[in-house]
Amino acid sequence: MAEPLIIVGNGMAATRLADELSQRALGRYSVAVIGDEPRLAYNRVLLSPLLAGEIGEREIELKPAAWWRGRGISTFYGRSVEAIDRSAQTVTLSDGLTLSYGKLVLATGSVPLRPPFPGSDLAGVATFRDTRDVGTMRAYAQRGARIVVIGGGLLGLEAAYGLSRAGGEVTLLHLVDRLMERQLDHEGAGLLAAAMAARGIDVRLNTETKGFRGQDHVEAVELADGTEIPVDLVVIAIGVRPNVGLARAAGLSTGRGILVDDGLATDDPAIFAIGECAEHRGLAYGLVEPAYEQARVLAARLTGREGAYQGSLLSTNLKVSGVGVFSAGEFEAGDGAETVVLRDPAGGIYRKFVLRDGRLAGCVLVGDTQGALFYLGLIRSGQDISAIRADLPFGESYCIGKAA
Amino acid sequence: MRHDAPLAPAATRTTCPYCGVGCGVLATPDGRGGATIAGDAEHPANRGRLCSKGSALGETLGLGSRVLHPLKRNAEGTYDKVSWNEALDAVAAGLRAIMAEHGPEAIAFYLSGQLLTEDYYVANKLAKGFIGTPHVDTNSRLCMSSTVAAQRRVLGSDTVPGAYEDLDSADLIVLVGSNTAWCHPILFRRMQDNRRERGARVVVLDPRVTATAEDADMMLALKPGSDAALFAGLLVHLAGHGLIDRTYVARHVAGFDEVLANAREIAPDIASVSTLTGLAEEQITAFCELWASTPHVVTAWSQGVNQSAQGTDKVAAILNCHLATGRIGRPGCGPFSLTGQPNAMGGREVGGLANMLAAHMGYAPVEIDRVRRFWQAPNIARREGLKAVPMLQAAAEGSIRAIWVMATNPAVSLPDADRVRAALAGLDLFIVSENVLSNDTLAAKPHYILPAAAWGEKDGTVTNSERRISRQRAFLPLPAEAKPDWWIVCEVAKRLGFGEAFTYTGPHEIYAEHAALSAFENDGTRDFDIGAHAGLDRAAYDALKPAQWPVPSHLPQGTARLFGDGSFFGPGRRAQMRSLALPRLAATTSEAFPLLLNTGRVRDHWHTMTRTGLSPRLSAHIAEPSVYLHPADITRFGLDEGGFARLASAHGTAVLKIVADPGIAEGTAFAPIHWSGETASDARIGALTQPACDPYSGQPEMKATPVSVTAVAYRSEGFVLSREPFALPDQSWWARLAIQGGEGRLFATDAPVDAMAALMRERFGSDELTELIDRDGGGYRCAIIREGRLAAALFLAPAGQAPLWDTVKAAFADPAITVESRLALLSGRSLGGTDPGPTICACFGVGLNAIRAAFECGAATAEEIGLQLKAGTNCGSCLPEIRRIGAQTQARETA
Repeated sequence: MAEPLIIVGNGMAATRLADELSQRALGRYSVAVIGDEPRLAYNRVLLSPLLAGEIGEREIELKPAAWWRGRGISTFYGRSVEAIDRSAQTVTLSDGLTLSYGKLVLATGSVPLRPPFPGSDLAGVATFRDTRDVGTMRAYAQRGARIVVIGGGLLGLEAAYGLSRAGGEVTLLHLVDRLMERQLDHEGAGLLAAAMAARGIDVRLNTETKGFRGQDHVEAVELADGTEIPVDLVVIAIGVRPNVGLARAAGLSTGRGILVDDGLATDDPAIFAIGECAEHRGLAYGLVEPAYEQARVLAARLTGREGAYQGSLLSTNLKVSGVGVFSAGEFEAGDGAETVVLRDPAGGIYRKFVLRDGRLAGCVLVGDTQGALFYLGLIRSGQDISAIRADLPFGESYCIGKAA
Repeated sequence: MRHDAPLAPAATRTTCPYCGVGCGVLATPDGRGGATIAGDAEHPANRGRLCSKGSALGETLGLGSRVLHPLKRNAEGTYDKVSWNEALDAVAAGLRAIMAEHGPEAIAFYLSGQLLTEDYYVANKLAKGFIGTPHVDTNSRLCMSSTVAAQRRVLGSDTVPGAYEDLDSADLIVLVGSNTAWCHPILFRRMQDNRRERGARVVVLDPRVTATAEDADMMLALKPGSDAALFAGLLVHLAGHGLIDRTYVARHVAGFDEVLANAREIAPDIASVSTLTGLAEEQITAFCELWASTPHVVTAWSQGVNQSAQGTDKVAAILNCHLATGRIGRPGCGPFSLTGQPNAMGGREVGGLANMLAAHMGYAPVEIDRVRRFWQAPNIARREGLKAVPMLQAAAEGSIRAIWVMATNPAVSLPDADRVRAALAGLDLFIVSENVLSNDTLAAKPHYILPAAAWGEKDGTVTNSERRISRQRAFLPLPAEAKPDWWIVCEVAKRLGFGEAFTYTGPHEIYAEHAALSAFENDGTRDFDIGAHAGLDRAAYDALKPAQWPVPSHLPQGTARLFGDGSFFGPGRRAQMRSLALPRLAATTSEAFPLLLNTGRVRDHWHTMTRTGLSPRLSAHIAEPSVYLHPADITRFGLDEGGFARLASAHGTAVLKIVADPGIAEGTAFAPIHWSGETASDARIGALTQPACDPYSGQPEMKATPVSVTAVAYRSEGFVLSREPFALPDQSWWARLAIQGGEGRLFATDAPVDAMAALMRERFGSDELTELIDRDGGGYRCAIIREGRLAAALFLAPAGQAPLWDTVKAAFADPAITVESRLALLSGRSLGGTDPGPTICACFGVGLNAIRAAFECGAATAEEIGLQLKAGTNCGSCLPEIRRIGAQTQARETA
């Protein structure tokens, strides 16, 4: 009889794992997926275009209902897992249902950070995580509401862009002197800021939020310098933290995320964690690619094959239409590094390559991310790129046949 | 057929302005100042064919580089536009002042084989008959004056005996010092036709293995300056084998015995010829036997023979062999000088050389008197004038105070050219009649620049290498204030008080007078007689068909060959064979100057490139000034192929790109003559060449100057394309060339990347600048894109990695192209349509074009795209876009 395997979480990591398992060993496990969102799993990366109205809600679904049915996967949507009983190898759902597992995979994702600003509990102060948030935000934006997005990282930029496209009058506040400061150098960030401004978003850098003012509903954002920005909606998008509450309650080891080894196992050999909730070698990733890689490795191991997750090279892709941003590895040239820069201000294009000892150590692409994966591969492989140095900025097709 | 269709525009029958082959050209004006160019199938010189230079004539017709108004130098050393009246008055006043203070012989004219015969005639007449100075010389001095001298010394007249038809019917063609394949391509094709169809053999004698040698049966790479030794050896061989035509020699030739004795001193046997020429004995024997056993032999030569301090003897050595065998003046055989310029021959006819007076008459008292009477000349010159090199030396020393230069660029082309430039700049009165607004001679700051008509505008006659007079006709209007050279000369003559002798209403009247002078008291005593043309009116002149002189009144169809009857123009109507000096170079190599510098033309350029340099097509073949060296010498002197070398002679220096060429003999170097201060930073080859001249012809030895060579290193190399001239940082090496839509410069520089980036910003601003900066790697590329078009581009790379410019040049050239991918442009490469287009799938880096193509090839869904290209199979964020692309593609296909 098939061993029961329960996946807690109904996001991209969970779906990819279910997919991998069904391809590798359909029938070996009796798979159940439990998600607290009352709907089919969807592509969270597409929340920004959904918010922008560029695509419809059906288009973000990762797999249709028939797909899940066809693979015999039991789905429990709109219900969260309340507790894990590790000794009994059961989970209890919010509706009281208890399910047994042979293997348990935690793919609980992350939750938005909500710093304790005064007034954070006012109505009209939102975060940007799921389709429900999108619904709220879109409703505001569509009536031309004044919206402040706090946070100039990937999430904040996507929110700001989507809101603006949907009709909102958007101001983006960022604490430091440049957008995406963990991924972009000054020039790249400047170009991005200009691109956002060109799309009607009022970008304010070096701007510290003090709190929110309002009666029941937020009315203004108060800044540290005393200015107030009148507002109908505030979206806090300053980051996420791994969702580890369930694991911690079950006594599993956690740091920032649920600690896993190279086999994605927690300190309980029957329990695994993948995706944004997992912490591997000290890193909890907030991106989709490591989650997919982890899902692949875990599926291999669960089906009796070799596989080890070695960690992912951090790379960032911002996908808002017309402004591609990609960053990987070193993005500032430190001592001993050299740079190759390609810039086309009129075309909104900026490419910077950081070289170290004849090898690509990092790159920043703004405006056109053509070749991003090629560069990522070069950074990962650490191969000598001296022979293609002059062709490097133009992408893989220009470097073929010349690489060392 | 429709009858209301516009008539095809009429083609004008004219001749090519480049080499001495004198090809017929059909020019059809396009109504916008240009013309389409085709070969004239009816012209006997080329029968419809044109070479690369002739074919590209249409690209050289623009007015962009032309001088269009009379210009007068002002106190600041710049130029003011003045009226013709003011300019002509001032020129005349200036000449009069010089005459008054220093005498007429302080005035010199430096003319050109690019002038038409009519222009030449009036200039010569004004100087020698009216101003009274014999100092009229021409750039033909650099071209074939050694041939003129030798033909006069040996044949008794400056006569090319044969015709091009001889190249079709010869069984052996010996090319001496002639890269015919590049410099006279149409004749070379005739020779190759003969070789292919009749089995004629072609032998090339040249120290340099050129393109001509590639299509030859025998290549003899002899030592520089040793040609005469080989022909002396040939004469000895002929005598030794009983192959002298004793009867012919007895009847028609003088001096045979002395000449044979002289040849035996120089070249007593094959071994001594081998020592002198550096050729193997078997090669010499093979050559002598082939020449001796082939009665129908044409020996043709060009500058390799002429441009020598013993050029006259070299030509004489060739003529001696033809005379000794009677192989002259008959179909399929004879000595044949291949002339460099379109109207060098016409210049010789009018007397444009300093050692001639007029119409093939020299300075014998009877000749002086005859010409004086014909011209009714008040101030006839009575002795030979200064030839080009001493003329400019006299200018430097101050005995010549005024020079009028017409249609040539002596500051580039004369030997010791830097000193020439200085001498011109130091004149009391310096006048230049020119087509172009800027060249090295104009950079010496003439007091007056007179705008002359250019090819396509001027109207007259030229004579090619086979004595064929052809009409060069105008097919374009005179632009702005440009005037024919003859008009300018006549206007000055009028202002000098000689108006009555210069009343011509058109070139036909000048030609008719020239023809009349040729026939004046001639009666068969002078070779040059075109008396049949003395009465031509305008209509007959305009209708003149190409004809070979002599065209005496009783032979209006002209004369294909002379001397077939053995009747020469020397004393007793004999030819005079001439003894030779021991063959040697004017200067030999030394420790300080260990290489011999040879010079010459490249295939697609002409002289100083003021015309061919305007053609992108012609500029593409050889784009930069180079020195060609044997690979062993590149190693020996510590040079790098593709790097740079400084050549230095006792006279001047140049810095050139190094090209390895195993066809260059060890110990020699070759550099093209074309580049000037206008077209390159440091490639004036004339500055290096020595002014050592032939004792008879005064032609300088420009093909064997001792030089040193040292490596020059630059930090980086690159190119810049711009619509307007672009100034590179000081000390940069550059070569400028025409490209479609503007100019290109290939350059090398020590300026750092930041300086180049700053230069581009300063010049073009930063808003429209797309750039790639690799400061540490020494790379910089930028493009200025205005309104979707490439306005300028600069690419820089570390030395030795010079970036290729073809793709960028193509984008720059096409006025219709809009730059879609700026990045692809900066890559400098075209991947043949594999440009990926904007990124659609960032995860797998799949671009729009690939996805579109996959849909077009049958993919129906985004999933199939995923299977094929992986696009959309990772994060899936692009799937909506992929579907949209699919829908668009399918909609297009349905439509």
